[in-house]
Amino acid sequence: MLLAIDFALLLEKLILVVVVVFASLGIAMYTTFAERKVAAILQDRRGPNRAGPFGLLQPLADGMKLFFKEEIIPNFSSKFLFVMGPALAMLTACMTSAVIPWGDKIDFFGRSVDLQIADVNIGILYVFGVVSLGVYGIMIGSWASNNKFSLMGGLRAASQIISYELAMGISLIALLMITGTLSLKEMVVQQQHGYWNVVLQPLGFLIFLVCAFAECNRTPFDLPEAENELIGGYHTEYSSMKLGFYLFSEYINMFISSVVMATLFFGGYDIPFFDESVLSPNVAAILGIVALMTKVIAFIFLFMWVRWTIPRFRYDQLMHLGWRILIPLALFNMLATGGVILFFNK
Amino acid sequence: MQALTNKAKQVDRAAMSFMEKMYLPAIIKGMSITFSHIFKKKPTINYPEKTRPFSPVFRGMQILNRDAEGRENCTACGLCAVACPAEAITMEAAERQTGEENLYREEKYAAKYEINMLRCIFCGLCEEACPKDAIYLSETFTPADYQRKQFIYSKNDLLIPHPQENPEAYKKALGNRANKTTVN
Repeated sequence: MLLAIDFALLLEKLILVVVVVFASLGIAMYTTFAERKVAAILQDRRGPNRAGPFGLLQPLADGMKLFFKEEIIPNFSSKFLFVMGPALAMLTACMTSAVIPWGDKIDFFGRSVDLQIADVNIGILYVFGVVSLGVYGIMIGSWASNNKFSLMGGLRAASQIISYELAMGISLIALLMITGTLSLKEMVVQQQHGYWNVVLQPLGFLIFLVCAFAECNRTPFDLPEAENELIGGYHTEYSSMKLGFYLFSEYINMFISSVVMATLFFGGYDIPFFDESVLSPNVAAILGIVALMTKVIAFIFLFMWVRWTIPRFRYDQLMHLGWRILIPLALFNMLATGGVILFFNK
Repeated sequence: MQALTNKAKQVDRAAMSFMEKMYLPAIIKGMSITFSHIFKKKPTINYPEKTRPFSPVFRGMQILNRDAEGRENCTACGLCAVACPAEAITMEAAERQTGEENLYREEKYAAKYEINMLRCIFCGLCEEACPKDAIYLSETFTPADYQRKQFIYSKNDLLIPHPQENPEAYKKALGNRANKTTVN
């Protein structure tokens, strides 16, 4: 019976994968547009408004421009690795979305379809694993460029991501002690019936948020590509769509980390103060997706808002914040959470 | 030395207090400032769709005037060319033949009249020098072009539309500025 493959399941998952990947690509595209628009609005400007109505075709124009730019591979670079860098960055950025629960089950012609590509029981560990692979894309690209500015940017990225991953992981352990599960789906279900985790773990969320900014190389932690110090950082030597891939993967990462934060701390597809079970499952699922996307958009706006407010950290300040403030804070949070759980014997 | 503004602040080199070391209050303060800018009025004007009104003394591209019957005012006296500090104006005079009275107001006219728009500094001295009210500076820009030679404007480019054949275009080209100065 080895060949008894459930083709309907295969098709269902295939469609889900395609939809999720394309949706995250599309959202990343429009995040670049939103970034420019938000920057403009926060700075009393108008932002791109020429291409199409309200400038909505701007990301297409940007993408086309990148495709038609001349492709330059430096003579002294390692060609294979040079191409692999952006490909890896893009791949890891797209892979993370596999374990995210986008909504509840929907009823599709009598077939119950789970709006999640894979409900693996180690969901959040998978996310962390793939996200930490993301640094390889940057490292390999910067190393293969054979340029000291690229290498500096790559080194900065690597040490920054590794440093902040520790605090992020520890803050997550405190959360896992409360939920008692690694599956993202189960976490959402728990939050639907109880409180959102941000209520139980405010400090943990704060640490996670700061670390997410650092993981995404966003301001105030955008040292890997600090223009005025490193020209372009790890993508100094990149041009054309390979550069586009790097920039794009960064925006996908931003989207994914917003989704992860919304799922872990803000109830995922849970609609606040509302019992979804009174609705028909399809309506509830669609409203759930809308709720999740609203939370995600709020987070993405927060990312941008911070970017256009705060200047960049100095590198020693970055390391100081990561190792001497966030990690002890996260450890304290973990111990306090453990103590409380032990005391109340939950 | 007297301070120019009261904005100068002494640099504070004291060690950061605990609240300052927390960063977050300062970050939230900064973010509230940027957030308040969302609701501020934007000073930018959507240029091609909207334009700022010109000042009443705006000096744009030159225009060669006609009188009410559509005859060219210019008599090619050359005073504008003499007055021009940028030496942008050249012209050639010709005598009016019989039968051309409906074209030119006086016996002498400009057969060729050229302004090099790349030289012109739009000072308006030609307008002041002209005794016949034949040239004045309108409220239009000199449009952009790809070649330098396209910027040498001849009579075709400069002459105002005929007031009887094309009264609307004439009115438009005349603009507000001409109404104020034209005495006729």
